[in-house]
Amino acid sequence: MSDTATDRAVNRSQMMVSDEVAIQITNMNKWYGTFHVLRDINLTVYRGERIVICGPSGSGKSTLIRCINRLEEHQAGQIIVDGTELSSDLKNIDKIRSEVGMCFQHFNLFPHLTILENCTLAPIWVRKTPKKEAEETAMHFLEKVKIPEQANKYPGQLSGGQQQRVAIARSLCMKPRIMLFDEPTSALDPEMIKEVLDTMIELAEEGMTMLCVTHEMGFAQAVANRVIFMDQGQIVEQNEPREFFNNPQSDRTKLFLSQILGH
Amino acid sequence: MAEAASHTTSYVRDKMLPQAEPPTLQKGAIKWMRDNLFSGWLNSILTIVSIYVIWAVVSDLFPWFANSIWRADSLTQCREIRNATVGADAPAACFAVIVDRWQQLLFGFYPREFYWRPILSLVVMLTALMPVLFPRLPRAALLWSVSAPFVIFFLLWGGSVWFPLAAALGFVIGAVAWRLVSAASGALLGVLAAIILPIIYWLYFAAPLADGLAGSVPLGLEAVPSKQFGGFMLSVVIGISGIVLSLPLGILLALGRQSPLFIINKLSVGFIEIIRGVPLIVWLFTASLLLNYFLPPGTNFDLMLRVIIMVTLFASAYIAEVVRGGLAALPKGQYEAADALGLDYWKSMRLIILPQALKIAIPGIVNTFIGLFKDTTLVVFIGLLDPIGLTNAIRASTDWNGIYWELFLFIALMFFVFCFSMGRYSLYLEKKLRREHR
Ligand SMILES: Nc1ncnc2c1ncn2[C@@H]1O[C@H](COP(=O)(O)OP(=O)(O)O)[C@@H](O)[C@H]1O
Ligand SMILES: [Mg+2]
Repeated sequence: MSDTATDRAVNRSQMMVSDEVAIQITNMNKWYGTFHVLRDINLTVYRGERIVICGPSGSGKSTLIRCINRLEEHQAGQIIVDGTELSSDLKNIDKIRSEVGMCFQHFNLFPHLTILENCTLAPIWVRKTPKKEAEETAMHFLEKVKIPEQANKYPGQLSGGQQQRVAIARSLCMKPRIMLFDEPTSALDPEMIKEVLDTMIELAEEGMTMLCVTHEMGFAQAVANRVIFMDQGQIVEQNEPREFFNNPQSDRTKLFLSQILGH
Repeated sequence: MAEAASHTTSYVRDKMLPQAEPPTLQKGAIKWMRDNLFSGWLNSILTIVSIYVIWAVVSDLFPWFANSIWRADSLTQCREIRNATVGADAPAACFAVIVDRWQQLLFGFYPREFYWRPILSLVVMLTALMPVLFPRLPRAALLWSVSAPFVIFFLLWGGSVWFPLAAALGFVIGAVAWRLVSAASGALLGVLAAIILPIIYWLYFAAPLADGLAGSVPLGLEAVPSKQFGGFMLSVVIGISGIVLSLPLGILLALGRQSPLFIINKLSVGFIEIIRGVPLIVWLFTASLLLNYFLPPGTNFDLMLRVIIMVTLFASAYIAEVVRGGLAALPKGQYEAADALGLDYWKSMRLIILPQALKIAIPGIVNTFIGLFKDTTLVVFIGLLDPIGLTNAIRASTDWNGIYWELFLFIALMFFVFCFSMGRYSLYLEKKLRREHR
């Protein structure tokens, strides 16, 4: 049973997922010094897929998605994003980074720029969009994440949930084809988690290709069409959400689920 | 209580309390003194000792100031006036020396009829600094700031107007080369072209061009050689040049020191450590004695220019370390977010990293500038007539032989005004940026 075959099987069960491959990772390995952090990762992501990655802390989830836009470099194997292979060629890296949006656990907004400037900076300087047009796009996405009225404030004046929504809007302003999320809600107070998840659900409904590291299992059940479980740098199990939660195969997955679901 | 408990047995507040005024504090001078000066026996003793020290200093200095003499032609005359008015034993400052020699303290031996040139230069400098210091002014004003150094150079040293213009053209060539080459074939080649082309131009074309133009259209001011420069003007010229040039160089060095590129990294570290590890005075002697050996034979490099280069290099090593502190203080997430948005190295540095790092580094940077400015007085040891050097020159005249404190006080005051304004500006900037970014 090859990976591709399983991928396909999952794939077919959902609408809005095309045959087109967005990300292809083959036999990818990564080391931090001598520490083998990612081992033989094989993963194919189709356009329009929403993938949730979960697993115990330190299992390499962040490292995996950071390899996709080369915030981390892999040492063996191949990663192809949108038809472009990630190599040390800087041109390719910049191209991929401008196509792939990323949201971080700690938002990483630029504190010295206003919300609007945060959102227009990359379109203006990377895409060379005229300022006025970039501002219109930014306001459009700020409206979409429901905080257009904060446009002229600085990030430090916003709540965590608002900041994360700005971070999402900032990524969207680059019109990315793929979005990566690294635990976007785990630094938030409970009452703010929902507003961020709602934004992400809306994004998923529009057909954005998403890879999301999260422990929000409700979110996984609602929008994911595949859940990937990682442990010790490997993909241990992947399945469509209902099967994954109701009928986990490996013992490690069972243990993890019992811990995270609290029974 | 009865009201709240009337309907139910459990206590529920059904009426929210209004916000209340805080109790009025005792106010007034007595209270302030008790809180700040005599809050305990240790504090009280310190207060009394301090008051005594202040009294001792003031009571000693006050007569010296109060009896000061402003009109006299020489120290002897000063003494005569003092003996005649307040008596031989009374202390009396002889500020007449300042009245007599203030031009020299400010301008050195710069020709009197050309005093308007340094004064105009100061005006040019201040107006050029405005757009840099206060970012709210229109950005086009920066063009003036960029051209000001050449205007000031021309005003101070005079000579043919074509020489500074030809030199400035080199920078224009660099800028154009960067624009064209980096657009066509990447930032690295762009930077190389922007460095190499102007150097070639300056070495081989600038001088003939300036000479040729001067020959056909002679236009200029009377030349004033560097050795006539002196006084506070000399300190300001060296200090401001050092400040303006060392900031960009220091930033580049800080970035170099953070760079993963082996050669650049090691060069930056080596440069910073060597420059920092040797006293400035040694570098100044190097500038005055040795630098000519390293330059192509025949170039008679102006001593003042050499000093400016040395002071710049020296300060840039310190700036580099201060800026590195700012860079290190930024969370890694800022670099990652900039990368993830597809900004290349220079853009992420310019737009994201440096604005924040420099903001953190402002106190350190200004501190370095103030240090640099005061260190310009060290040039007295290599024979330049900075204000301290001029006090020697003034004392060398028979009129003012033996006068010290009045001159030093005047110099101290001039430096203080300068350094204090820099410190205040730094505070203003810090406050403003904190208010803006929260
Ligand atoms: N820059 C780094 N250098 C060395 N080890 C690292 C680095 N980043 C992460 N690691 C290690 O790699 C492993 C995987 O980390 P990470 O991908 O962040 O895990 P997760 O996101 O699943 O919690 C952890 O054991 C972590 O300690
Ligand atoms: Mg993580």
